[in-house]
Amino acid sequence: MKKLLQHLGKYFILLNKVFSMPEKRSVFINQLSQEFKKIGIDSIGIVTIISFFIGAVVSIQTAYNFESPLYPKYLIGFATRESLILEFCPTMLCLILAGKVGSNMASQIGSMRVSEQIDALEIMGVNSATFLILPKIVASLLFFPCLIILSIAIGLVGGWVGCQNTGITTASYLYGIKIDFNPFYVTYCLIKTTFFAFIISSVSSYFGYYTNGGALEVGTASTRAVVYSSIIILLFNFLLTDLLLA
Amino acid sequence: MIEIKEISKSFSENLVLDNVSHLFERGKTNLIIGESGSGKTTLLRSLIGLNEIDSGQVLFDSRDFHNLNIKEKRKLRQEIGMLFQKGALYDYMTVEENILFPLTMFTEQENEEKIYRVNECLKRVNLINSNKLFPSELSGGMTKRVSIARAIVMNPKYLLCDEPNSGLDPKTAIIIDNLIQEITIESNITTIVNTHDMNSVMEIGERIAYLFKGKLSWQGTKEELMNTENKELNDFVFASKLFKRLKK
Repeated sequence: MKKLLQHLGKYFILLNKVFSMPEKRSVFINQLSQEFKKIGIDSIGIVTIISFFIGAVVSIQTAYNFESPLYPKYLIGFATRESLILEFCPTMLCLILAGKVGSNMASQIGSMRVSEQIDALEIMGVNSATFLILPKIVASLLFFPCLIILSIAIGLVGGWVGCQNTGITTASYLYGIKIDFNPFYVTYCLIKTTFFAFIISSVSSYFGYYTNGGALEVGTASTRAVVYSSIIILLFNFLLTDLLLA
Repeated sequence: MIEIKEISKSFSENLVLDNVSHLFERGKTNLIIGESGSGKTTLLRSLIGLNEIDSGQVLFDSRDFHNLNIKEKRKLRQEIGMLFQKGALYDYMTVEENILFPLTMFTEQENEEKIYRVNECLKRVNLINSNKLFPSELSGGMTKRVSIARAIVMNPKYLLCDEPNSGLDPKTAIIIDNLIQEITIESNITTIVNTHDMNSVMEIGERIAYLFKGKLSWQGTKEELMNTENKELNDFVFASKLFKRLKK
């Protein structure tokens, strides 16, 4: 318990250090554009692949469970859409991104810490936390929602491909994904994604920033970043769902 | 000049620096020597706030570093150049970008002016035509030179070097040592070099402070060092057969 409180204290002290004005706006924008590429553009591939197959599998499994003639076929499209928007895209994708992006952030910052590059920044008079972490957080907050919207779109395409062998027509699938659409679900999905983006980038950066030791500790920090981000994501998933939907 | 007054620092129960006081003079190469674990690196890091001290004062030309607020500390740090043990070059930047970085962050100079200054610094450390290389492509000696170039690019008032020639062959080590001394004299800056290499002591040591188990055990010049009666220092300096013979 004492250790947990210590971590929490250090985490909020770090956040306080992170959220200050960058020394130079041009340098910050340059850093931000690099993070957009690393966090966003470089994740499009994996997001596309995962979303497509998740969408396909969800539609097949739904079709398998809705075999009764009492259920209209368009329900498969409907259920696929709801599953993707409400849970699979924001939560599953963010858990996967915690592995990809979070471990990358922790190991990058951790390596800089153990090779004294962060000390070098501090000696120059640069706020190392703002310089290194703020662009990552801002890039995550801005790009993760875009990735999740893309993920929903690709997932729905995957769902259509998946239901091709289950005897459902394209027309009924399309009807299903349009029927009874509640726009608030997208809002809910984006709110969750924004929270998760902040958790992934800040928690991973925290573990990287306080790495102490050598290469082994960088690996440990990277693993911890993924584990803790995932646990906190699941906790916030529950809390936000309870707050926004219950 | 940098003056430290009664500095103490401990990690948990372990007292690493015990009431250390010393004056590092301007325009001279001030050396801190001592065995591994004697507190040299902790002392150097404590000077600039990379380690928070438990008690004492660090005065940079009468400015008490640990009493400054964060903004004032950052401003003071812009007057400090530091050469780290492993170089601490940003591995995702080229040599040129590494040296350019402080200029980009803290000056409003035109790009051409900045590049001119970078080339000037690279020339000073005898490293021309290496602008586009990445740190992973540099040898140990080259890394140290780039690190020196980055440390001096902002014309610092204080230059701190943490074991500048560790891991270097004796010839390159002497080149790096001499470079540090030349820069100190040319720019009339306060230089502190942390080392346990006796060749460095003999080569560039002007004012020497000896740390033993976290305490300042001795201070003086290299001439005084050769005739010291301090037992621990004698054991440290004349540990090798070569230096024993030299003393005789």
